[in-house]
Amino acid sequence: MATDIAPHATAAELPPPRTSVGPLAWLKQNLFATPKDTVLTILVVLFLLWVVPPLLRWAIFDATISGTTRDVCTFDGACWTVIKMRFGQLIYGLYPPEARWRVNLMAVLVVLSLVPLFLPWLKQKLLYGAGVLIVMPIVASLILEGGWGGLQQVETNLWGGLFLTLLISFVGIAASLPIGILLALGRRSNMPIIKALCVTLIEIVRGVPLITVLFMASVMLPLFFPPGWSIDKLTRALIGVSIFSGAYMAEVIRGGLQAIPKGQYEAANAMGLSYWQSMGLIILPQALRLVIPGIVNTFIGLFKDTSLVLIMGLYDLLGIARMIVASPEWLGRSIETYVAAGFGFWIFCYAMSRYSQRLERKLHTGHKH
Amino acid sequence: MRLSSLLGACALVALGATAAQAGPTLDAVKQKGFVQCGTNVSGLPGFASVNNENQWSGLDIDLCKAVAVALFNDPNAVKYTPLNAKERFTALQSGQIDILSRNTTNTLSRDTALGLDFPVINYYDGQGFMAKKALGVQSALELDGASVCVQAGTTTELNLADFFRANNMNYQGVVFENNDEVLAAYDSGRCDVLTTDASGLYSTRTKLQNPDDHMVLPEIISKEPLGPAVRHGDNEWADIVRWSFYAMVQAEEFGITSENVEQIAEETQNPDIQRFLGKLDELGAGVGLPNDFAVQIVKQIGNYGESFERNVGMGSTLKIERGLNALWTDGGLQYAMPFR
Repeated sequence: MATDIAPHATAAELPPPRTSVGPLAWLKQNLFATPKDTVLTILVVLFLLWVVPPLLRWAIFDATISGTTRDVCTFDGACWTVIKMRFGQLIYGLYPPEARWRVNLMAVLVVLSLVPLFLPWLKQKLLYGAGVLIVMPIVASLILEGGWGGLQQVETNLWGGLFLTLLISFVGIAASLPIGILLALGRRSNMPIIKALCVTLIEIVRGVPLITVLFMASVMLPLFFPPGWSIDKLTRALIGVSIFSGAYMAEVIRGGLQAIPKGQYEAANAMGLSYWQSMGLIILPQALRLVIPGIVNTFIGLFKDTSLVLIMGLYDLLGIARMIVASPEWLGRSIETYVAAGFGFWIFCYAMSRYSQRLERKLHTGHKH
Repeated sequence: MRLSSLLGACALVALGATAAQAGPTLDAVKQKGFVQCGTNVSGLPGFASVNNENQWSGLDIDLCKAVAVALFNDPNAVKYTPLNAKERFTALQSGQIDILSRNTTNTLSRDTALGLDFPVINYYDGQGFMAKKALGVQSALELDGASVCVQAGTTTELNLADFFRANNMNYQGVVFENNDEVLAAYDSGRCDVLTTDASGLYSTRTKLQNPDDHMVLPEIISKEPLGPAVRHGDNEWADIVRWSFYAMVQAEEFGITSENVEQIAEETQNPDIQRFLGKLDELGAGVGLPNDFAVQIVKQIGNYGESFERNVGMGSTLKIERGLNALWTDGGLQYAMPFR
């Protein structure tokens, strides 16, 4: 007995209901889902309407960028002319314009020297990194300071602007990691003298604000030098910043070291690895990976702290901005100058933060699995 | 160890000991071929700032340049060390700089305990008040009960308190960390009156949206004689700074400007002027300078009046009036000792 079974036909697929896709649905789900959401959305929109148009009017529509003096500007809008005229100073400080190519050259060299660290096939990265750390400062001082082979000498008190901010941060960051690792290991060491020294240094430095360290370096130190003899101001600032950030870094890294289970240490010992081998191959790679956010946090903090070198009479980005504000030609255009300086800081801090997020994803440090 | 050495340093400074006296400054300066001049790190409009072309300019800068012209006949034989208020005296004491030309007030304690010398006063300043014209106040003595915006931690704050107490008036201080905040608060109406040094009042006023709606009140409530400082005990060097500046003042008194100085030097029959311009006697030798140092200073920097107008006066954005800084012949305090 044959049963007629109707051939199976699939019902035509209907489009999803209009309330669950498309822009309207998105609005409903994200902005107007509940009465509370609706109220918040309306408040936020009102706030934006209140804040954004005047801001845009000031920064863009009523702003001036033409001309070369403050006379072309009005008080209704921003006067970006000052930034245009003083852009070179914001970037290079008082570095002579005809020698600015040397700063650019140095920037290119630094970037190029970092490239090998990202090459997957380079095995001796640590060795290479250490080499760069030793060679770069020498190259930098030769190129930037000059005074040999026909290069005009540019004294460090002329260095400034974004260039100086980056220089101090680079040195601080590059120096703080090795210093921090050594101090952190020293603090956890079983050797009492080394441990005591490291703890003392870390606690003293962490107990004092950076501004105090710099102040001592600029005001007290010269009194102890023989007359006419002095360590360059910038060098003093660099040493101060490095030690300071190194101490903070040490504590961040110690946090990572403590998070490694005891079993890892014991396993490393059981393998017959020496202290440095077990640290370098087993413990530190895991510990550093754990504390990437903390490390980057310290870097960002250091980057912003560099503006404190102003109290030593060095013109970092903020310092040169203050100098521009004080010049009679641009009297009263302080907001524009400070906004520009703030924007400069923001770009670099944001870039660092994005890079750290990428690094975390790449190294799978979050406990997502 | 580090702490103890720092404490030692504090004690040194507290006792007012002048550490590290550099040798005779003049020899050192001549040997290195330039004058090391301490300036204001964050700049002070009209007194020291960097222009669009990376060059320092201002009234305090002109003084350093005048010394450089006197010694080396070259206004560019100067190197600048930007200093903040706290490190300026150490920089001078430790020999990092030769002249501190940084709107520094001459006071007894600085002249003595700090081991400084103030050879001349290149700007007589004093603390004043600025008020909105709409307030209807004509004098600072009518300010009873006013709220006053002032910068924290300066002598300005102390002078303010003294002034109101001495005149039996009350005020409400609105204190801020830096000058821009003080101005912003005043502009937004958080206080009735703003007080700072008179020179600062004028530059502050030009920053306001409608400068003409505000007036500087006539009272000056403190003395702020600003001048260059040198190390105490190096009289030869102090003489050079002193007479370089007097050359500028004396030139104005004689009516000699950068334009006409060479012509006058050729043509004048007045023995006073001849002596001043090095045509008669050997006045320069007494100071250890070329005999025509006054001619060169006036030619390359200008007389005091020219320098004043260019940097802070009517020729600048600040538009400060001469006031106390007019020549003594015009009722001011600028007075050069005789060149003879």
